[in-house]
Amino acid sequence: MDYFGEHRLPGQLGHFFIVLSLVASLVATFSYFIAAQSKIDAVAGYWKKLARYAFIIETVSVFSIFGILFYIIQNHLFEYKYAWQHSSLSLEFKYMFACFWEGQEGSFLLWSVWHCVLGLILMKTARKWEAPVMTVVSFAQFCLATMLAGIYFSGWKMGSNPFILLRDSGVLDNAPAYHLNFDITQPFRQDYMSLVKDGNDLNPLLQNYWMVIHPPFLFLGFASTIVPFGYMIAGLWTKKFGEWAKAALPWALFSAAILGVGIMMGARWAYESLTFGGYWAWDPVENASLVPWLIMIAGIHTLLIYNHTGYSLRSTYIFFLLSFVFVLYSTFLTRSGILGETSVHAFTDLGMNVQLYLLLYVFIWGAAAIGAKTRDQKIGTLVTAIVLALLTKYVASPPVALISLIIGIGLIIYYIQTQVPAIKKEESSSSREFWMFIGSLVFFLSALVIIGKTSLPVFNKVFDQKIAPPEDPEFAYNQIQIFVAIIIAVLTGFSQYLKYKATPTKFFWKKIFIPTVVAVAFATFVIAVGNINYNKQGPMYLGAIWLAVACSIYSIIANAAYIWLGMKGKLGLSGGSIAHFGFGLVLLGILLSSSKKEMLSYNKGMAVDFGKNSKENPGENLTLIKGVSMPMGKFDVTYLSDSAHPKKQQWYYKVHFKSRTDNEEFTLMPDAFVNYKGNEGLMSNPSSRHYWDHDVFTYITSLPNPDKQQDTTSFRPHLVKPGDTIFYSRGYMILEGVIAKDNLPKEIFGPNGSLEEAPMKIYSKTGSIYSVTPKLAFAKGNFLALPDTVIAESLVLQIQKINPDKTVELGVKETSEVLDFVTLKAYKFPFINILWYGIIITAIGILMSMVYRARQNLRSKA
Amino acid sequence: MKKIHIVLLVFIAAAIAVLISFLKTATTYDTVETAMNKPGKFVHLMARWDRNQPMEYDAVNNPNYLSFTAVDTLGRSVKVIYHNPKPENFEMSEKLVLQGKYEDGYFNCKTIQTKCPSKYKDDMKTAEKNVQKASESNPGNADTKY
Repeated sequence: MDYFGEHRLPGQLGHFFIVLSLVASLVATFSYFIAAQSKIDAVAGYWKKLARYAFIIETVSVFSIFGILFYIIQNHLFEYKYAWQHSSLSLEFKYMFACFWEGQEGSFLLWSVWHCVLGLILMKTARKWEAPVMTVVSFAQFCLATMLAGIYFSGWKMGSNPFILLRDSGVLDNAPAYHLNFDITQPFRQDYMSLVKDGNDLNPLLQNYWMVIHPPFLFLGFASTIVPFGYMIAGLWTKKFGEWAKAALPWALFSAAILGVGIMMGARWAYESLTFGGYWAWDPVENASLVPWLIMIAGIHTLLIYNHTGYSLRSTYIFFLLSFVFVLYSTFLTRSGILGETSVHAFTDLGMNVQLYLLLYVFIWGAAAIGAKTRDQKIGTLVTAIVLALLTKYVASPPVALISLIIGIGLIIYYIQTQVPAIKKEESSSSREFWMFIGSLVFFLSALVIIGKTSLPVFNKVFDQKIAPPEDPEFAYNQIQIFVAIIIAVLTGFSQYLKYKATPTKFFWKKIFIPTVVAVAFATFVIAVGNINYNKQGPMYLGAIWLAVACSIYSIIANAAYIWLGMKGKLGLSGGSIAHFGFGLVLLGILLSSSKKEMLSYNKGMAVDFGKNSKENPGENLTLIKGVSMPMGKFDVTYLSDSAHPKKQQWYYKVHFKSRTDNEEFTLMPDAFVNYKGNEGLMSNPSSRHYWDHDVFTYITSLPNPDKQQDTTSFRPHLVKPGDTIFYSRGYMILEGVIAKDNLPKEIFGPNGSLEEAPMKIYSKTGSIYSVTPKLAFAKGNFLALPDTVIAESLVLQIQKINPDKTVELGVKETSEVLDFVTLKAYKFPFINILWYGIIITAIGILMSMVYRARQNLRSKA
Repeated sequence: MKKIHIVLLVFIAAAIAVLISFLKTATTYDTVETAMNKPGKFVHLMARWDRNQPMEYDAVNNPNYLSFTAVDTLGRSVKVIYHNPKPENFEMSEKLVLQGKYEDGYFNCKTIQTKCPSKYKDDMKTAEKNVQKASESNPGNADTKY
C-alpha cells in the first residue's frame, strides 16, 4: 500500500549504503588480513590494493549514510523514526547536529566517520604497517556497520537501523487515530502522515552549543584509540615487536589530546547546562571516558621510555591494549542500559546488549588469536574462544560472560609477556624512566580503581547483588584520586630534570633547587592567604587538599622553569613541559574551584514562624518573590521578570544581583523548560556571571505550577464550623477544628494576646492530600491573619474571623498572584578559569609534541 | 626482586585495599522495615509517595522543607523529611528512591530520585504517549477525512 506524504527515496538510499558499507568493510578486513599474512610481496601488494578500494568504498558509504541521515533530520522528514524521535520543527538549525548524535545510531555513525578519516590517513602514511593496522580498523568498521544494520536473524535483532520508518517502528501501533476506522488491529490510514505534525524533539538538556561540538571531539578521541591499539596488534602479529613504537607515538599523542579535550568539553557542557552544581560528578559516563584517557597517557609515557631506553615495551603493549578495550567497555556500559538509574546521561537501551557484549568479546579474543606465538597456539586460542562463547550462550550466566572476557585479556597479556623482549637489567632510581614508569603505573591503577567503582552496577548484575553506591559517592572517588593528584603532580614536577638512564646527583639538585624553592614559597603563600578551609570531610582531608595544592603549584612552576632551564627556551621541543604545566593548572583549578566553592543561596528560608522549629533549618534554596529583594551572601537579589521563548515552553527568568558592599551589579538569566513535550517537570539551565577569578552560578530549582488558574483576586468568604466541607475548583477541604493556643510569649502578643489555629485537610482531585493551618493572632491590640498556602493547588486560606460559637469565617483565594516566585540555588566557583585554561594549554602541549614526533618520523624515513 | 616490582606490588595492594574499602562504604537498598531497623545508617529506601497522607510543602514560606509519607511495596510507611525543594515531577512519580537515614521517628532524606512513568530520556513510552495525546486532540481532523 502507498501512503501519502512519505519520502521514501532517502531511506532506500540509506539502506543501500548501509548494506554496501557492511560488505565493503568486510572485504577490506579480509583483504588487509591476507595482505598482512602474505610473505610474498606481489601477493601482498595485490590484496592491499583490493583492500584500499574496499576501504574507500566503505568511506564513501559511511559519509553517504551520514549525509542522508542529516538530510532527513534537517528537512523534518518525520516519516523516519530517527527524525521524529530526535528533532522537531521548532528546533534551531544549530542543534540539528546535536539531535543527530543524540541517538545511539547517530553516535555510532559519528564514530564510524572518524574511523574512515583516520583510516585514509593511515593508508597514506603507515607504509609497512598499513596492512595489519588497517585490518584492525576495517574490522572495527565492520563491527560498527553491524550496529546500524537492523537485520533480524531468527528473532535476534542485529543493530538498529536509523532509516526505519515511523510506522514500522511500533510507535504508532497503539494509537487508534492512525489506523483505519480507529481500530488498532487494522492497517494504518493512507494519510497517516497528515497527523504526524511535529517531532518528539531533542532532549532540552542537550539543547546547548557544547552538545554540538563536544560529541565529535569525544568520538574522534574514542576512534583514535584504535590506532595505537592497531600498532600494538601489528607488533604481536608480525613479531616485529618494537619497530612500531616510533610510528605509533604521534597517534597516541593525538588520541590523548583529542580525547582529553572531548571529555572536558563534556564537563563544560555539564557545568553550563546541568544543575548538579559543577562540571564533574564522577558519573559513570564521565568515568567511562576518563579511564581510556588515563591509560592512554600511561601508554604514551611507557612508549617514550621505550623509545629512549628500551625499557617498558611490554607495559606499552598492555596499556594500548587496555585503553582500547576500555573504550569498548565504556561503549557497553553507556549503551547497554546496565547503568540504569546510576547515570544521568547514558543512552537509552536499544536492546543490543548481546551485540555490545560481542563487540568486546570478538576484539579481545581476536587480539588473543592474532597475538599467539605459534600456529597451534592460535588455533587453540580460537577454539577456546568459540567454546567459551557457546558456554556463555547456553549457560547464560553473567559470571561466565565476565570470566570469558577476563580469560581473553589474561591470555593476550600472557602472549605479550612471553614474546615481547624486555631488558633484564634494572632501571636506576636516578633515571628519568624509573619515575616516569611509576607515574604511568599510578595513572593506570587510578584508572582501574575508577572503573572498578563505576562497574558497581555490572558487579550487581554479574553476582546478583544489590549493593548501592555509598552515601557520598563523589567523596568516595575524591578521597582516593586526591592522592593520585599529589603523586602525579610531584612526579611531573621533578622527573623532567632527571636524565634518561642515570642522572648525576649534583646536576639534578643544582637544576631543581631554584624551582623547588620558588614553588615552596609560592605554595606557602597561597595556602596562608588563600583561605582554603574545606572542612566537610575533616582535617585529614583538608591536609590532603593543602598538600595537593602545594604539589600542583610545584608542578606548574617546575615545568614552566624547565622550558628555560632544561630546554633553553626552545618552545618547539617543549611540548612535554607545556603539557605538564597545563596539567598542573588543571589540578590546581580543580582543587581550588571545588574546595572553595561557596553556596550563596544558603539561607534560613522566609518563614514567618510561630513554632514548628524544624522548618527553620537553613537550606540551600532561596525563594524569590517577584519584585521583592532578598539578601543572599553579599548580594541583594531580586527576581525582576520572566519571558518565554517564542516557540518553546522555555522560560527565562531575569534575576538581578546587587552587591551591598561594593558597586558590583549584574543580571543573570537562568532558564527552564517546563513540562516540555511529555518530560513532565522542570528542566533547568543555569546561568553564570564570569569574572577572571570566579563565576557566580545560579539555576532554578523550583517553580510554581505554570498552569495558570483563574484569578479570583479576593478571598471568597465561607462560614464553616469544624467538620464542614468547602469545595474549590480542584477539590475540597475540611476544617478539622479550631485550636486556641496558650502560653503565648508576652513580648510578641502583649497582655491580652491570643492565637487560634484552624487545621485543615485539603483533598485535591488529583488524589493528593495537603494539610494546612491558617492562623489568626490577636497581638498587642491588633488582629493579624496568618494565611497558609498550598502552592500546588494555587490556594490561599485565611481566617477572617472566629465567632464565639466556634464557627469560622474562612477566606479562600484561588489565585495566580502567589505564583510569581522562583526558587533558586546560587554558587560561587572561584578560579574555575584556571581549570579551563589548563585544559587548553595541556592539549596544545600534547599536540606540539605530536607535531615534533611526527616530523622526526618523516625525517628519519627520508 | 627489582625495585619496580616492589613498587608494583605496593601499588596493586593499595588499589585492592581501596576497592575493598569502597565495597565496605557501599550502602544497601532497603524497605521501610529494614531501614527502620538500622536507624542512623544511610540507606536507599525504595518506596512511593502515599497520596492519602498529607504532604507539606510551601515554597514561599520555606523552599527547603518537604514532608510527606512514603509507603513501600510491603505496605509499611514512614514519614519523610527532605530539606530541599520538592522535585518537580514528584506528583507524577510512581516510585521514589529515597537516600537518607531513619532517625528520631522519621526518614531524614538527603536526595530523592523520582522514577516517573516517563523518564526524561527519550523513552519510547513518552513518545507513544505523545502520539496518543496528539491523536486524541486531533480526532475531529480524522473525522472530516473519513
